[in-house]
Amino acid sequence: MTALETAVRAQSAPAYDVERIRADFPILGLEVNGHPLVYLDNAASSQMPRQVIDRLVRYATTQHANVNRGVHYLSETATHEYEQARHKIQRFINAREDREVIFTSGTTDAINLVTHGYGRKFIGAGDEIILTTLEHHSNIVPWQMLAEEKRARIRVVPVDDAGELDLDAYEKLFNAHTRFVGVMHVSNALGTINPVKRMIALAHAHGVPVLVDGAQAVPHLPVNVQDLDSDFYAFSGHKMCGPTGIGILHGKASLLEKMNPYKGGGDMILSVTFEKTTYNSLPHVFEAGTPPIAGAVGIGAAVDYLSAIGMAAIAAHEHELLEYATAQMSRMKGVRIIGTAARKASVISFTIDGVHPHDVGTLLNEEGIAVRTGHHCAQPVMQRFHVPATSRASFALYNTMAEVDALIAGIRNVQKVFA
Amino acid sequence: MADPKALYQEVILDHNRKPRNYGTLPSANHHAEGHNPLCGDRIDVALALDDDKIGAIAFEGESCAICKASASMMTVAVKGRSRAEAETLIREFREMAIGKIGADGLAHLGRLSVFAGVRDLPTRVKCAILPWHTLHAAFNAVTSTSTEAEDDPMHAPIGDA
Repeated sequence: MTALETAVRAQSAPAYDVERIRADFPILGLEVNGHPLVYLDNAASSQMPRQVIDRLVRYATTQHANVNRGVHYLSETATHEYEQARHKIQRFINAREDREVIFTSGTTDAINLVTHGYGRKFIGAGDEIILTTLEHHSNIVPWQMLAEEKRARIRVVPVDDAGELDLDAYEKLFNAHTRFVGVMHVSNALGTINPVKRMIALAHAHGVPVLVDGAQAVPHLPVNVQDLDSDFYAFSGHKMCGPTGIGILHGKASLLEKMNPYKGGGDMILSVTFEKTTYNSLPHVFEAGTPPIAGAVGIGAAVDYLSAIGMAAIAAHEHELLEYATAQMSRMKGVRIIGTAARKASVISFTIDGVHPHDVGTLLNEEGIAVRTGHHCAQPVMQRFHVPATSRASFALYNTMAEVDALIAGIRNVQKVFA
Repeated sequence: MADPKALYQEVILDHNRKPRNYGTLPSANHHAEGHNPLCGDRIDVALALDDDKIGAIAFEGESCAICKASASMMTVAVKGRSRAEAETLIREFREMAIGKIGADGLAHLGRLSVFAGVRDLPTRVKCAILPWHTLHAAFNAVTSTSTEAEDDPMHAPIGDA
């Protein structure tokens, strides 16, 4: 590349300033066991930047009251901020309308909303639900509970040795009984980015709606629910630099309007007598009780923060980290990467010969390195790859090449201890 | 926080590499399986109880180094002892792992005191204790135990006290 080309490229794509981003995250300054924290457990939960933390403090100190009730100043302010947050989510994922964005307590709650609201009304005896081997337990167990109650049947899309879904097998699973498809956008255990747009088009060709578990996708990729044409899309605040206790269910209004309410209570009604209750309209009908208002304000601030950096830039940075770490670890004797799909988000699951993942996790922690060890709430994936558990490093927008180096050195140390 | 490195001492690494009394025991008359669903540790303890004396003992399973070394050292420690003596060791080991006994108690536990470091690693305490609870379950002819069972042996009183 000539100097001119370099200059032009630099101008068209401003350099990603990871150190400036890191400075926004107070927790990254921690020392753990005498070492600087190397936080590589972002697929479990990401950290919050000062912008989100400050926003939560501002809400708590100047804006808090209950929403949708009362005519006083604070109630109106809190309601306004809560609805502003909904609007931010709508724009962030390109939903058609604000009322298609339902606040939940998290991805699990969002999926349960669909199994109860849609599943219990439209899925019956002999019907079939298609899920994939890669699913997190949160997109398996609610469907199993539904299937047991309704005597429905769960069909499972197999996965190949690289961790990619078998789309031919997926297509063959459809028949006259198929009523629903549940699929995760990005695998939390392996990092595979599933071809959900294609899978949705296939399901729609059979007249079947699709729920996408986007918990691991929204923090790492640009997501456009209209482009995907997903019927339901679920994700969590705490994996995208927001607080815990808040999640989102996006649903097409045409489907949400046909569904049963999920939880009953205040806010989801228009009128109540002991003879008859009439329900409120979208989105309130699915937000019974006092919602997580601070959480909504927090996820709104997280959306602002991520949008200012740009999801495409974040995805590109994380992809560099993934490529670098993958290249390093592939060269290490006795280290096996589980999940080698062609399209991956920033997750590396691995095993070290002769060392149980829990020992790996404890020894890495000794050097201040946080990884997840275990089955990652995806036991069918572990069974598929014949491992009881793996260690998992998952990168976020604030991780650095130097942190990948620390991980590699940490793995070498584990091998040395167990040599 | 104590140096967790202290946990991975040579004696533990050695028992992990070359576990003693590993395998099946055809002469067994007591047997139990222990399982920690949180991390997938699974351990099978079989013993031949002869007039209240542990004549022979063996274990096998799939687990982390802490669990395997603990099981290996446990079999060495209780072989040839009476059931009552073993139950006392089970109780003492558990108290050490959860940080309930001090230096005096540690001295009594001898080589097993290498596991004292788990007290600073709450998520690993169960790894170290699992084999001991499985032994306890085997004495009581309980066929299987789990660290997450309703009658969670982690929280049940242990020993003959």
